[in-house]
Amino acid sequence: MFKMTPIVLKNLVSPAATRRYPAEIRPEFENFKGKPVHDLDTCTFCGICALKCPSQCLEVDKKSGTWTFDPFACVYCGICVESCPSGSLSHAPRHSSPVSGG
Amino acid sequence: MLDRVTSIPMEGLIREVAGLKANGYRFVTLSCIALDENNGDKKNFDFIYHFDKDLGLSHLRLTVPAGAIVPSISRVYFSAFLVENEIQDLFGIPFEGLAIDYRGTLFLDKGPAPFSQDPVPSGQGQDKPGAPGTAPDSPKEG
Amino acid sequence: MRTIIPFGPQHPVLAEPIHLKLVMEDEKIQEVVPALGFVHRGLEALVSQRDFHQMIQVVERVCGICSMIHAMCFCQGIERLMGIEVPPRARYLRVIWSELERIHSHLLWLGLLADSMGFESLFMQTWQVREKILDIHEATAGNRIIVSVNTVGGIRRDISRSSLDWILSQLAEVKARVKEIGPTLLEDYTVKKRTTGKGVVPRDQAWELGLAGPTLRASGVAQDLRMLRYEAFSDLDFEPVTETDGDAHARCRVRYREIFQSIDLICQAIVKIPDSEIRAKVKGRPEGEILVRVEQPRGELVYYIKADGGKHLERLRIRTPTFANLPALLFMLPGHWLSDVPVILMSIDPCISCTER
Repeated sequence: MFKMTPIVLKNLVSPAATRRYPAEIRPEFENFKGKPVHDLDTCTFCGICALKCPSQCLEVDKKSGTWTFDPFACVYCGICVESCPSGSLSHAPRHSSPVSGG
Repeated sequence: MLDRVTSIPMEGLIREVAGLKANGYRFVTLSCIALDENNGDKKNFDFIYHFDKDLGLSHLRLTVPAGAIVPSISRVYFSAFLVENEIQDLFGIPFEGLAIDYRGTLFLDKGPAPFSQDPVPSGQGQDKPGAPGTAPDSPKEG
Repeated sequence: MRTIIPFGPQHPVLAEPIHLKLVMEDEKIQEVVPALGFVHRGLEALVSQRDFHQMIQVVERVCGICSMIHAMCFCQGIERLMGIEVPPRARYLRVIWSELERIHSHLLWLGLLADSMGFESLFMQTWQVREKILDIHEATAGNRIIVSVNTVGGIRRDISRSSLDWILSQLAEVKARVKEIGPTLLEDYTVKKRTTGKGVVPRDQAWELGLAGPTLRASGVAQDLRMLRYEAFSDLDFEPVTETDGDAHARCRVRYREIFQSIDLICQAIVKIPDSEIRAKVKGRPEGEILVRVEQPRGELVYYIKADGGKHLERLRIRTPTFANLPALLFMLPGHWLSDVPVILMSIDPCISCTER
């Protein structure tokens, strides 16, 4: 009992250990790997990102000038961002919120 | 590359493994590779048994022709029953004398063994009926 | 009168999807038959559909808790087959991240063991400490759990000097917190009553069964695969942590002391880390066969890789330490009460997604 009392008293006066989510959100760190964000103007449609993607979630078509991305297949590995030669891919700074509905 | 590999025939398997156990070796695992030789349309398999003592490795290589029944080393090293059951499931190679025999239901339901056929091209799934797992035999004397 | 009680794959105190058929006489266990197959994904078969670079991401997802070490083992195998020399800074960074993974895995395990005993407040305290490690992961590598930093030839991201100093300060806090929690785990009357003398594995049987990792070291065998001195472990100073009792409490003590050993290893690595590039150029394709072993938090991880010079590997065989530790359950459990089953099962640190891949 004597070991417990100081701990109990300390816990009564110290602040909560948890955050009041979703009112308080901890910002992500700088190097956070979010979704790949694509800049259509600088893209050369070389297709290297689609070739290297481990989960095959990217599709690049040079003829029609389209770049499609499946966010549910992405594993957030960052290989596409690293291997893009024209630098048109970057990581989103925040994580995607949970999807709800229908 | 692998060094200290000894190739053995199937008859000498249990004797060699018992010898390694008497020398104090620990059983690490058993690797099975389907060899891609056109041996009358059936594939041979390569079994490599890996053993370890004092951080050093020693291997035994065994070539298993298609359709052969391999003697189980679980009578020497009991813990081998798990990996031999996995090979029964995935490659369809039967073992004789397993300590606990799951009869092909350890990982998968009853159906064709995945590694004994050509790989399925991406986009095609294999629909296996959801059969409930059958109970394995009770453990015999190891 | 004998009854068979099915335990798992879903059970409130069971953290892993394993099914145990417990043959009971009254409340004492007579026999155990395990059944697996609930999370089998067939990852080894993906070698025919993903080339050897993309396989790194597949292999990372064999297990979430020890993912970086799986990738490290795979990359080591490919690098040895192709004769690629990893730069020194990358070797040290790999050590830092793998030891961080070890700390986070042991803290997670500690929490789950406490939860299996019903000691939920200890579970929450350890996981709160673990959050600091996950923050380090996110700040340096970008992801909290599956840190995708390994690549063939080195590491994909560098850690700056200021980040390394920040890691040191965070680890000092982690060390202080774990020291506070330690006496509860090691000396508390209830914890000791539930773990001492349970699931005893004598030394000879541990060797014969082919156990791996802390389960083996708690029975008195001083085998730690980091003594193979791969990566930067050749420059670092450490000894395997062993205990001799072989019961569940000894396994707790081994993992608890390993947390401090890992913190010490990271501090040594941060002091000694050299300056160099982090990635070697990779040209060509692997050919040959090789067996690589590394020390995962749960034990000895074995990769057998066979390549024939093409873009796809011919065969990848993964043997995880839980695969080796599971047969020990058949000897550990008989003779105990039904309520000891979750504690003994958690004391071998099972990771069924690793076992079944």
